[in-house]
Amino acid sequence: MQSTADAFEDLRKDFPVLNRRVRDNKKLVYFDNAATTQKPNQVIDAISDYYQNYNSNIHRAVHALAEESTEAFENTRDIVAKFLNVEDSREIIFVRGTTEGINLVAYAWGRDNVKEGDIIVTTEYEHHSNIVPWQLLTQEKKAQLKYIDIDDNGELMLDQLDDYLSTGKVKLVTFSHMSNVLGTISPVEEIVSKCKNAGVKVLIDAAQSVPHMKVNLNEIGCDFFVFSGHKMLGPTGVGVLWAKKEVLEKMSPFLGGGDMIREVHKYETTWNDLPYKFEAGTPNIADVIGFAKAIEYLEKIGMDNIRNHELELTKYALEEMKKIPGLTLYGTKEPEKRGGVISFNFNSVHPHDVGTIIDKDGVAIRSGHHCAQVLMEKLNVAATNRASFYIYNTKEEIDVLIAALQNVAKVFKL
Amino acid sequence: MSGDPIYTEMIIEYSRNPSNFGKIADAHIHQHDANPLCGDTIDLYLNIEDNKISEVKFDGHGCAICMACCSVLTEMIKGKNLDDVKKFDKDELLSELGLQHLVKTSPVRIKCALLSLKSLKFGIYSYFVDKMKDSESAGNLNEEAANLY
Ligand SMILES: Cc1ncc(COP(=O)(O)O)c(C=O)c1O
Repeated sequence: MQSTADAFEDLRKDFPVLNRRVRDNKKLVYFDNAATTQKPNQVIDAISDYYQNYNSNIHRAVHALAEESTEAFENTRDIVAKFLNVEDSREIIFVRGTTEGINLVAYAWGRDNVKEGDIIVTTEYEHHSNIVPWQLLTQEKKAQLKYIDIDDNGELMLDQLDDYLSTGKVKLVTFSHMSNVLGTISPVEEIVSKCKNAGVKVLIDAAQSVPHMKVNLNEIGCDFFVFSGHKMLGPTGVGVLWAKKEVLEKMSPFLGGGDMIREVHKYETTWNDLPYKFEAGTPNIADVIGFAKAIEYLEKIGMDNIRNHELELTKYALEEMKKIPGLTLYGTKEPEKRGGVISFNFNSVHPHDVGTIIDKDGVAIRSGHHCAQVLMEKLNVAATNRASFYIYNTKEEIDVLIAALQNVAKVFKL
Repeated sequence: MSGDPIYTEMIIEYSRNPSNFGKIADAHIHQHDANPLCGDTIDLYLNIEDNKISEVKFDGHGCAICMACCSVLTEMIKGKNLDDVKKFDKDELLSELGLQHLVKTSPVRIKCALLSLKSLKFGIYSYFVDKMKDSESAGNLNEEAANLY
């Protein structure tokens, strides 16, 4: 019987890129998983199998290839639905990613439902993709955008949500399930129940949660839910928007074109059924098919095991990083309240310099504002370093990061 | 660490003690720019007298490369004739710090290095347009700045 750590180490053989060497023949230590994860052979092979053996457009022709590709494509929808415990797979809409999913809601739902004076509530730790679409909408509608601030621990100050809700003007509360910078896991149940009591819609940006923990949409009770496949072993260019059927049915379409129509006449068109009403044009067939393999891969390991593995790594990394003089850690100190994302600064060395210096040792982290400049302003920094973990990372790799950071101190004579 | 192609003594030194760091109140030219990749921002301030750069300062947040390049750029242009400054090009700046290799080796970090020069070109461009009504010089500078990286 393998130990759990060994079982996770064993997965590495499925990821060809983890074997490669970078810079001066250094082993790659890939800690930029919050940006995008690596892909296992299972996913890569499914994509090339599609192109080699049954490439064809879906939903239209009656020939053999088209039937096979349509079936594989629609099979992914069922797999996604099961993965999230969604009963009706027609509620699963394929989009390009989280960004497109949020924009779809902002345009198609927002335009019809948000009026002058209404309030949309977001938070200080959102990715730009959960801020900018709402700025565009509220500016267009003369509505207001309000923020739930974060406290010194990097957690949301929910009493502000109560204040906003008590105005009776809030139309939507939109927040990330897990912060891509601080790793903070949002108190989803509490937020959703407050909003439901006030009759307010809720959107959850799950880009950083679905890849790392078990999510049961049947229990959460939100109205909109979006995430990206590429952050969970899947290919780029595939994301999911989930919303309740009743909500989707009432919504106007987003993009107009092929596939989303029932009948087109010269001056009017009727819409296709769900989910196709929101999937205009030829979709990203190959990558949707590949995405199914990513979900199967994750389910085989088990989402709870993945969460535990990352928690172990995060605890270890936080312990080791605390020992480094001059290192500032952001976010809550309680590992249970956060995902496998650690943002830090090192003395006054700019994150870009830290990133470049440790890259020489093969360590790939992200340096910058992480598309979260509102949060950077709050933390009063221009940028941070961010190390983020996934299933194939190991404690030994964290040791490489720690040693590389010590090298930064040497270069900067600290 | 000896032999590091980027983090030389000189760059580390400038990053800790940048030259001409600060603001000029009511400067003749004030140019603000940002690197959208990392959120770094700089403000460049210039005073012009007798067609010469009589005073120059910069201010902002940046990595060691950005701070060193801003420092060296401001040192190099101080007291120079505007016509010479107009012609100042990236090789002059990069070679002063031994960073020419970045053009080839690091498409990301070259942006850190050249933010300073881009701000200078855009700043002088505005000056030619607004104060000197010299649209030909202005046009050239604008194009150069836009095509720096
Ligand atoms: C919390 C969060 N939301 C949204 C996004 C945007 O995802 P995508 O670029 O896949 O649309 C990201 C990824 O960077 C993210 O971390």
